[in-house]
Amino acid sequence: MTYKLLLHSSIRALRANRNRTFLTILGIVIGISSVIVIMSVGAGAQSLIFNQMASVGTNMIGILPGYSDEEGPPASVMGVVITTLKAKDAEELKKIKEVTAVAAYVRGVDTAQAQGQKMDITFLGVSADYPRVENAELELGSFFDQAQDKEMARVAVLGYEVWQQLFNGDNPIGAHVKIKNESFDVIGVFEKRGTESFENKDNMILVPLTTAQKLLLGIDHISMIHLLVKSDNDVPAALEQIKSILREEHDIEPGMSDDFTARSAAQGLEALKQVTNALKFFLAGMAAISLIVGGVGIMNIMLVAVNERTREIGLRKAIGATARNVQEQFLIEAVTVTILGGIVGIIFGILTSAMVAGVAKYLGYDWDLVVTMPSILMGVGVSGAVGILFGWYPAKKAAGLEPVEALRHE
Amino acid sequence: MSSRAERGISWMTVNYNKINLRSKLRDSSSSRSVRTPRNDIRLNMPLIQTKNLNKEYCTDEVKTPVLFDIDLEINSGEFVSIMGPSGSGKSTLMHILGFLDRLTSGQYLFESADVTGFDDKKLARIRNEKIGFVFQSFNLLPRTTVLENVKLPLQYRPGLKEKEKNEMAESALKAVGLEHRMNFFSNQLSGGEKQRVAIARALVTDPTLIFADEPTGNLDSKSGLQIMEILDKLNKAGKTIILVTHETNTASFAHRIIALKDGRIVSDRKVDNRNQFNGTLK
Ligand SMILES: Nc1ncnc2c1ncn2[C@@H]1O[C@H](COP(=O)(O)OP(=O)(O)OP(=O)(O)O)[C@@H](O)[C@H]1O
Ligand SMILES: [Mg+2]
Repeated sequence: MTYKLLLHSSIRALRANRNRTFLTILGIVIGISSVIVIMSVGAGAQSLIFNQMASVGTNMIGILPGYSDEEGPPASVMGVVITTLKAKDAEELKKIKEVTAVAAYVRGVDTAQAQGQKMDITFLGVSADYPRVENAELELGSFFDQAQDKEMARVAVLGYEVWQQLFNGDNPIGAHVKIKNESFDVIGVFEKRGTESFENKDNMILVPLTTAQKLLLGIDHISMIHLLVKSDNDVPAALEQIKSILREEHDIEPGMSDDFTARSAAQGLEALKQVTNALKFFLAGMAAISLIVGGVGIMNIMLVAVNERTREIGLRKAIGATARNVQEQFLIEAVTVTILGGIVGIIFGILTSAMVAGVAKYLGYDWDLVVTMPSILMGVGVSGAVGILFGWYPAKKAAGLEPVEALRHE
Repeated sequence: MSSRAERGISWMTVNYNKINLRSKLRDSSSSRSVRTPRNDIRLNMPLIQTKNLNKEYCTDEVKTPVLFDIDLEINSGEFVSIMGPSGSGKSTLMHILGFLDRLTSGQYLFESADVTGFDDKKLARIRNEKIGFVFQSFNLLPRTTVLENVKLPLQYRPGLKEKEKNEMAESALKAVGLEHRMNFFSNQLSGGEKQRVAIARALVTDPTLIFADEPTGNLDSKSGLQIMEILDKLNKAGKTIILVTHETNTASFAHRIIALKDGRIVSDRKVDNRNQFNGTLK
């Protein structure tokens, strides 16, 4: 029998039992569409992350305290305080030829006050190079310089929202803002910067590094260094030098591991991608379990169908069908069901993903609808495979029926 | 020389002169047919020959012997009735002769070839090419048109075009007088019509041999007569017919009646006052 004919006869058989077919298909539809939704929403969430990360230049290198292996993040990311990184380290790194700007960071949170207004903010203590490293422009006034940092000047530069909220958009230059009961002179305001790397840059107040360390936090370590190199090509060489300088600074014996982690933005992105991919595939795997459940449903229904149609099988054999013909017929029937379910599931999954993306976009997230051809083909392929896998046994059973027995079947 | 030319008058040639159609059928099947020395068949070899054929069913250590030492010869062109009380083994014998079941011991020669060693695939091909079955309970596919039902055996035959299949099915339907029901669904037919469709399905491959197991068993007497008339016509057109029945009236359409009892042949005789149709139905 040709495949066209087989397809015809299986569609006829499936239509003969519409309700049953529908319910059987449902299992596959749910399985495939949840895999598609999870893959697509996962990819969308990744796009959100990467769109944000991409605003960070690829010629940036980040240094965090604490060692990490190639893939994972260092412990400091998880909130463990490691005090090995110092402001002096940042100074030393400026000596590297390829490095054009270095900024050290500390951070804290507090409620800021000005002109009777209050606001929860993040304050950063940073080096004078900060605007260059972060590629941030000022709306008003100016940023502090290295001298001001050295002499622990009590000056502050406001994020855009802080300015709007505490000063109502009036000129704040020369006014005072209070953080942790210390008063700062406002010397500048950043233009609107939005959210980058999950950080709202507009509700920050920036003060000189030394001021933040000594006056606000009472610490002498720093939590992070960002530095810029001339171009992407200089990244590997710069990383090498950073490592050797810092190891020397920290008196690390050869053979001992680093007490810091230096990564380029690209490496960081890659590490993040791996973590999120693992999560995505894990969730998709969970969804795929429903496909197995759907497959068992198919097997069950096919066994019922083989039993119901025993006389038909007998008749077909009597008029010349071989075991193989019969097996093909039932296998194609099972595969037709699952591929049909797969296609409906894909459509359903894409619609759901589009809805999620639409809502996310509406809420202002930089969210792409990612439905890739491979994931669609995989959906069809997987559903077909489920059909073959779970249709195999019933088809084999049908094929093995003796013609006489099948014809005598009541 | 191909086999079918000298088999005498085919029902198709007699009734509808579809010579080109027959030749197509031959082309598609001749290369795959079972090879036997055909030229001798009609002269001195029987179509079917069994020697000491025994059959027993084995279920869970229990052996049920059903047929004992069946010695039988049936020639091409014969119309044979197998009679006997219920449980005497008529259907079992027919299933073995029709390659639907295997014998337990003894010999079965079909067209002079010992079929005992044939594998399932070869048996399926013989059933498809040489044999037509008509069952008591019609066994039509439900929710399927008459034409599709009749075409079914051709679907297991590679190399035929859809158009050829349709032509063959249509002429088979003409032979049973049902061409006007071609596009009906099988469940829209009367019992007699269903059985005629089943006969058309058995005919569509232009087989040598037609087996009919109680073909009138589920029908009223008028439809039953109609079926017998068709079988009689087919026999006159050259088909070998083996009919299983327990009605004397039906059996007497045959030239020869073989009686079974408890799995043994108890009589095998020619029919003297044969029932025959002369083209009219009473
Ligand atoms: N699969 C089987 N296993 C065991 N015994 C069987 C099997 N099939 C048939 N028989 C037995 O074989 C014997 C012959 O059965 P068969 O169907 O050939 O009879 P029959 O002459 O066709 O009867 P009927 O006129 O009622 O159709 C019966 O006694 C039956 O019980
Ligand atoms: Mg019987």
